[in-house]
Amino acid sequence: MGSGGLSVVLRQLAPIPLDARFACGPGELLALVGPSGSGKTTILRAIAGLVRPRSGEVRCNGETWMDGAAFSPPQARHVGLVFQSYALFPHMSASGNVEAALPVSLGRAARAAAARELLEFVHLGGLESRVPRELSGGQQQRVALARALARDPKVLLLDEPFSAVDQVTRRRLQRELAQMRQRLRIPIVLVTHDLEEAAALADRMVVLHRGTTLQDGPPLEVLARPKNALVARLMDFRNLFHGEVVAQDAAAGTTLLRWEGHDLEATHRSEYAVGSRVCWGIQPAHCVLHRRDRPSRGERENPVGGVIGEYLPFGENASVTLWVDGRREVELRFSVPAHVGARNGLATGVEARVSLLRDALHFMPYEPLERLPGPTGEPAVDPDRARS
Amino acid sequence: MDAQALALSLKLAVGTAVLLLPLAVVVGRVLAWRRFAGKPAVEALLALPLVLPPTVLGYYLLVTFAPTSTLGALYQSLVGTTLAFSFEGLLVASVIANIPFAVQPVQRGFESIATEVREAAWLCGMSNWRAFWRVELPLAWPGLLTAFVLTFAHTLGEFGVVLMVGGNIPGETRTVAIAIYDRAQALDDHAAGVMAATLLALSFAAIGVVYWLDRARRHRG
Repeated sequence: MGSGGLSVVLRQLAPIPLDARFACGPGELLALVGPSGSGKTTILRAIAGLVRPRSGEVRCNGETWMDGAAFSPPQARHVGLVFQSYALFPHMSASGNVEAALPVSLGRAARAAAARELLEFVHLGGLESRVPRELSGGQQQRVALARALARDPKVLLLDEPFSAVDQVTRRRLQRELAQMRQRLRIPIVLVTHDLEEAAALADRMVVLHRGTTLQDGPPLEVLARPKNALVARLMDFRNLFHGEVVAQDAAAGTTLLRWEGHDLEATHRSEYAVGSRVCWGIQPAHCVLHRRDRPSRGERENPVGGVIGEYLPFGENASVTLWVDGRREVELRFSVPAHVGARNGLATGVEARVSLLRDALHFMPYEPLERLPGPTGEPAVDPDRARS
Repeated sequence: MDAQALALSLKLAVGTAVLLLPLAVVVGRVLAWRRFAGKPAVEALLALPLVLPPTVLGYYLLVTFAPTSTLGALYQSLVGTTLAFSFEGLLVASVIANIPFAVQPVQRGFESIATEVREAAWLCGMSNWRAFWRVELPLAWPGLLTAFVLTFAHTLGEFGVVLMVGGNIPGETRTVAIAIYDRAQALDDHAAGVMAATLLALSFAAIGVVYWLDRARRHRG
């Protein structure tokens, strides 16, 4: 890691197990994602100096904030942190909250002017004298952001900053963050459990589970290509199965996968030998319905048929669970626009066929799937028992 | 109306509250935020004057203040008088008897401050000392004011401890509560009645302030 960013290595066994390692460059927005209790907030607090993990290193801009020997208190770190609850000073006005983070040496008039400028920056001009209880949730969040920026921080930390506001406000604040970050040349770490939010805002995403960093990469890459079945499950990968590699053809660029009696053609993956078992997955978006109204040539690509176990219209789309070859235990999930579903007569109990797009078949190392947690981190439930 | 007794009572009540408040801030703040072994025992010990008969507390204080005890002897060698049956002794006894009335509201006051708000103060670059003055005290002040008023009012009404430790010396240890008892014993109903009504009004006003403050704080929410 160069001198201009944040690098974090944290390890401890208790009270909350941590084994985290990541870096964030200047101007980069990194999302820490994971289910509740995965240690996201603890990691932010460790970067801010509010907790001291047993071992690890936190460096920023060439300064060591924490290592085996040293530990800088939060006052010495120049960290801007927006708490999930905002943690505004309830007895101070918006301006007072921001001024509280400005250096005393600046003098009263200069501090007031700087606070006004920061509140303008977060679109709160004119509300300087309001106290927090007179502000809406979104406005409080902006005061918290202005206060976090007032110290001229070397890193900005955002702990689920959009979780306490309504959806309309959330979208607006998210858009503002996207605009604002173009003007901030510091590392920004965003904690969120919202994968869409991470994908929309972040340059990079770090997946956490029980305090351990599992994967680190561009959000779309992590979402599409989780490195193992656990990450896939945490990324809400609906279709996750076991299969066996039955043929490799480097010349044709294909790997043949046997799955529940079907031989599926996938992009060549040389690292899996013929005969090896794998986990594989496919995102619902890459399961393409064979349409009665409009047959296409693509229907020869990994066709799979079955009976629709559940057809659930949900907004503009309908979510479909296909029992492959009529077998209830082999569920393939995908979604179709509701009008397409209606035009093709899709309904529970009706037969349907889909193509599994060759390039979208994603291979991962073999591991038992039963014990994986659900996407929210809760322990796995035996699907058969849950259904009965 | 024993004006001298009333003046003494007010002096004792203000003196107790003024001495006890800083102590209560230190102790209440630690109890609000620190976790340590034996904390329930410490809290129980500090709450003991609430349930202990005043005569029991007064008896132990009297024994401690006696010139034959280490503390009593030390005080006598330094000041030249005994603590027992003096205003100073009464003040010390009153401070001890009022510990729970001061510490508990202060502790609640500090407990009402979210941990994250204090952390936000540190992240704003405030030292612990500055965070205390700028953030903690302004937010905990209703608890501090409650502690002051309760201590004041409770001291005005204290009888058992005062009688045990101070006796009934006019101008030195005879408070209004003692004077009322004294006048009632002497069948001077008028004097006892006037003083009792005065004490009632003062106590009601003080407790009223506590409830009014609490209501104001909730409205501010």
